[in-house]
Amino acid sequence: MSNRRPYVRSMDGWWKRDVYFIRYMAREVTALFVAAYAVVLLVGVLRLSQGQAAYEAWLQALKSTPSLVFHLILLATFVYHTWSWFNIMPKTMPIMFVGGKRVQPGTITGTGLAAAVVACLAVFFIVRGMHP
Amino acid sequence: MKRSHEPIFWSLFGAGGMLAALIGPALVFITGIAVPFGVVLAPDTMSYANMLAMSQHWLGKCFLLAVIALFMWHAAHRIAILLHDFGVHAVTMVKLLCYGLAFVGTVVAVYTLLAL
Repeated sequence: MSNRRPYVRSMDGWWKRDVYFIRYMAREVTALFVAAYAVVLLVGVLRLSQGQAAYEAWLQALKSTPSLVFHLILLATFVYHTWSWFNIMPKTMPIMFVGGKRVQPGTITGTGLAAAVVACLAVFFIVRGMHP
Repeated sequence: MKRSHEPIFWSLFGAGGMLAALIGPALVFITGIAVPFGVVLAPDTMSYANMLAMSQHWLGKCFLLAVIALFMWHAAHRIAILLHDFGVHAVTMVKLLCYGLAFVGTVVAVYTLLAL
């Protein structure tokens, strides 16, 4: 047995030490909300398979105030997910060249965010077009 | 050298993250706010008849499965790493639990959608 008791720096709250880590944590924590939304949808599909009464109970639950608050929080975290996803994309994707020049990080992020806006609007108008 | 299975999970994570980034905000707004409260969209947009028709069309089935399953695999990957960041170092256990839950969710979704 050794009597040495070397100093070990505590890792508690390590992510609060630096703005960069806080941003990392905020980005990763959105996963909890993505999972929660997937569960909401999965329950909806399950209720749908159980017949009209079961499905309509699920729809009714969506109309409650707690559900509205929950979905507003979900919406905020999803928007943040979109924002952060395309912000780190220049680092997560392979380096791209167009016409012999490296595509700038700002261009990648900008294109991604523009694509997300277009995709969201497309989904919205498709749904609206089907059930005016 | 033993082959890593990381690329499989990373692909699912990436696909789910991309899908969520592209259309996630619109989906949450539609299913959680616009339709239930009749804002901008008709309240009967997600009626039983409409959603049943959607879930019985192969395209609708594919879409619902893609959203539910990929969102789960995306979240599972990030949560597994997040637990490690917070000092849970039982890597195998954490991965089994996170990916396991995503797998169960996927199986339930596939089974339910096929039965509809």
